[in-house]
Amino acid sequence: MRPVAIVGAGMIPFGRRDDDNLMDMLAYASLNALDDAGLGDKGVQAVYVANMGAGMLNHQMSVASALVDRLSLLPAAAESIENGPASGASAIKNGLLAVASGYYDLVLVVGGEKMRDVSGWRATDFVASMTHPTAEYIYGITLPGMAGMFTRLYMQKYGVTREHLVQVAIKNQEMGALNPYAHVESRITHEGIVDSWHSRVNNPPVADPLHLYDVCPVSDGAAAVILAPLDRVKEFKKTPIVIAGFGQATDTHTLQERDDPTDLKAVTLAAQQAFEMAKMKPSDIHVAELHDAFTILEIAESEHVGFFKKGEGAKAVEQGKTKLGGQIPINVSGGLKARGHPVGATGVAQVVDIVWQLRHELPKERQVQNAVNGLTVNFGGFGNNVLSFILRRGDK
Amino acid sequence: MPIDLELESVLRPPEVSMVPYPPKVVTLANGKQMVVREITREDVPRMLEAVRPITTYERDYYDIVASRVYAELLAWYRWRIVNEFCLIAQIDGMLVGLVNSRMLNAKTGMSLHTLTTDRGLRIGSHMFAAKMEHHIEYLKQEEVLIVAESPIGFRRWMIEYGLEPTNIPHELGGALSFRLSKELYYATKDRLVVGDRPVPKELLDKAMEDIIVVDEKTVAQKICGVKGR
Repeated sequence: MRPVAIVGAGMIPFGRRDDDNLMDMLAYASLNALDDAGLGDKGVQAVYVANMGAGMLNHQMSVASALVDRLSLLPAAAESIENGPASGASAIKNGLLAVASGYYDLVLVVGGEKMRDVSGWRATDFVASMTHPTAEYIYGITLPGMAGMFTRLYMQKYGVTREHLVQVAIKNQEMGALNPYAHVESRITHEGIVDSWHSRVNNPPVADPLHLYDVCPVSDGAAAVILAPLDRVKEFKKTPIVIAGFGQATDTHTLQERDDPTDLKAVTLAAQQAFEMAKMKPSDIHVAELHDAFTILEIAESEHVGFFKKGEGAKAVEQGKTKLGGQIPINVSGGLKARGHPVGATGVAQVVDIVWQLRHELPKERQVQNAVNGLTVNFGGFGNNVLSFILRRGDK
Repeated sequence: MPIDLELESVLRPPEVSMVPYPPKVVTLANGKQMVVREITREDVPRMLEAVRPITTYERDYYDIVASRVYAELLAWYRWRIVNEFCLIAQIDGMLVGLVNSRMLNAKTGMSLHTLTTDRGLRIGSHMFAAKMEHHIEYLKQEEVLIVAESPIGFRRWMIEYGLEPTNIPHELGGALSFRLSKELYYATKDRLVVGDRPVPKELLDKAMEDIIVVDEKTVAQKICGVKGR
């Protein structure tokens, strides 16, 4: 396999985008990435589109075929990738393999989701459709419900407290408030969501022990990257970001079948594969985007990828180790918690945020100084299909 | 406009005096202090100025809600609606939301509208709660009839409060009303109604000094978002 780099990255602001349909959003993000690469509309040989729910949410299928035409990229190859909330990272992996194999030189990967076309409860039901149909879904489980039970177990086993979750929420919304691409742009305070008795209205329980501000919003959004072989990066204007490693692993569909439901084995395995391929270790990573659809997941994933020992992720949050300027800044974009979670877009958006970090392009209040290596975790299902990437700043 | 006082006395609906709503202060999720207080008929022109631009935003039925609020407040100002009240929410004097409602009779309240211009902080929930608080605790009513004009309103009021469906047409367009009974109010109060009294003098003075209305562009951004390409 030949090494592959990201030579273009683009995103559109996440949120509620009433005026855009799914194809608009995918096109805008793609054009932003193509512009970023200085590529125009020439040369893309293949397009991979990550999307989880256009068929259910927007009554549209074959979005990749539609997008290549919309972007005038014909006759480029085009495929849609659906892998739950890990669709974005899956699409990048497929694009990466296509370039690494030598079959294609220039690949566009774009992920997007238009979730706000439906009501909140339909969106929640749509996401729940990835649970086991006869063992979970039929009993009314939702992803917040699963995360609530997971959180309770994690609290019992590792001593995580609600205070730790609150600190993750405050940190990520603080960063989201600085990110023009974030869905949730408002800061929250400890007083407003915990201390004041008014917080019972501001921050009501969603799935005990998780509260409103522990949960990511339902968002519209799209993000895109352009992949090229490392030996062609000099043709592009921006600092190349090398995909140094990647990993993917799966776990049981139902949580109940796992020996220990608090053990996110697929996260551990995916990260281990990525570290092995990149010939790095967790301490080599300068910035990370973890899949914090729920605040507990940031803490749990930070342990499972190896940044902290099991049971020490919460203490790391308490000590400020995961803040900007800390030992390992996590979700400096605001994460899913604040940037938002348009499911098909998320895995690509995480990579785009790391690309911007490693190029040192962000304003100083969000830039991790001298960042060279970054890691992402895109968490599908409830940890039953997980991908991780390690990116490294390349030489221009 | 010249008024024929004799005819006017016929046209004006009779009003009963309503006890005032005591102001309160609510701490929002972002830590800001929001003063909730009742306004008087004399404040209505300022409110009309604030509401008028919102009548053009289709998003989340703001156009319908704002148009009706405009008409209801104007009717209150010019004595064409009976026993209406309006509570407003201010942060540092800035208007961020309002609710209006009226007494249908001594026993029953008729909830009119909830309109917020700063979104994502549950200001609407706080303001709706304040409206119900006024009806049940201060006006001593037995029930309030409620409808929602937007899915957001339905989710907030009907679902969060577990309101009871009725067969009573609501005066807002004739949709069947949901009912908040006194019993249901007190059953949900701990969970949904918050606020501190008395409001610290400095905060209340700031709120009373002026009702600051943000410019139209800012309101549009707050209601419709600023997400572009």
